[in-house]
Amino acid sequence: MESITPPLYALLVFMIVGSIIAIETRNLLSAVISVSAVGFALSVAFLFLGAPDIAITQLVVEVLVLIILIRGTILIDNTAIETHRDTLAVVSSLIFFGLLLGFGAMIFASEGFPAFGEPLMRVSKVYVQTGLPATYAANIVTSVILDFRAYDTIGEATVLFTSIIGALALLRRDGKVTRREVATA
Amino acid sequence: MVYFLCLVLMTMGLYCLVAKKNIVKKVLGIVIMDYAVNLYIIVVGYKTGGVAPVVEPGMSEGVLERFVDPLPQALVLTSIVIGLGVLALMVSMCVRLYEKHGTFDMSAISKLRG
Repeated sequence: MESITPPLYALLVFMIVGSIIAIETRNLLSAVISVSAVGFALSVAFLFLGAPDIAITQLVVEVLVLIILIRGTILIDNTAIETHRDTLAVVSSLIFFGLLLGFGAMIFASEGFPAFGEPLMRVSKVYVQTGLPATYAANIVTSVILDFRAYDTIGEATVLFTSIIGALALLRRDGKVTRREVATA
Repeated sequence: MVYFLCLVLMTMGLYCLVAKKNIVKKVLGIVIMDYAVNLYIIVVGYKTGGVAPVVEPGMSEGVLERFVDPLPQALVLTSIVIGLGVLALMVSMCVRLYEKHGTFDMSAISKLRG
C-alpha cells in the first residue's frame, strides 16, 4: 500500500495557503470563496484518511456554508474596512501565536504522544469487533452514532435545534413591534 | 508533522478571529478553526494502511484489525453538523448587527452606545 502522506501534506499546504488568502484579502467575497476552497480540500483529505462518511457530510455542509455566508452577509455589504491597523495588537498577537505554535510542537514531539498512524483504539476496539454482531450495521461509524453512543446524537440534535431556533428568533419578521407603532399606540 | 500543520491552520483561524475588525472575517476565522479541529481529530484516529470502517460481505476476519478508528469519525460527524448550526446563528447575529448599525466594522459598532 502506497503512503498517503504526500497527498495529505499537499492538501494541508493547500488549506493553509487558502486560509492565508482568506485572512489577508480585502474583498470579502474572495475571502468566503477561499474558505470554501479550504473546506473542499478538507473533504478530499477526509477521503484520504479513510473517512468517507465525514467526507460526504463535509461536502454538503460546505455548500450550505457557502450559500449562508454569501446570501446572509456578502450580498448586504461587500466593502472592505479601510481603518488603520492597531500595530501593537497585531505584533503582540503574533508573538503569542508563535509561543502557541512552539509549545504545540514540543507537545507533539514529546514522549507518550501517539505518533501519526498509530491510534490508541482502546475503546473503539470493542466497537469494531462487536459492531456488526451487536447492531447489524455494516458501517461501524453508523453503529457508533446510532447505537453505542446514541446519547451523543441526542445532544447533537439538541444543540442543532437550539441554534436554529436562535437564528430564527433573531431573524423573524412577524410579531415585531417597531418604534413608530409603539409611539402611535 | 501533520499534527503541527493542523495546529498552524487553527492558529491562523485564531489570528483571524482576534486581529480582524470585520465581523464576517471573524466568522470566517471561527470556520477555519472548526475545520482545523475536525481534521486534527480525524488525523489522530488514522492508522497506517488503514481502510474505512465499513464491513463488506466476503471480507476476511483479519480486516477488522486494519480499520481506522471509527470513534473520532462519529464524533466529528456530530461536530460538523453542529458547526453548521452555529454558523447559521452567527450569520443571523451579523445580519441583525448590520441592520442596527449599518456596518460590519467591529470598532465602529462598539463605539455606538445602544
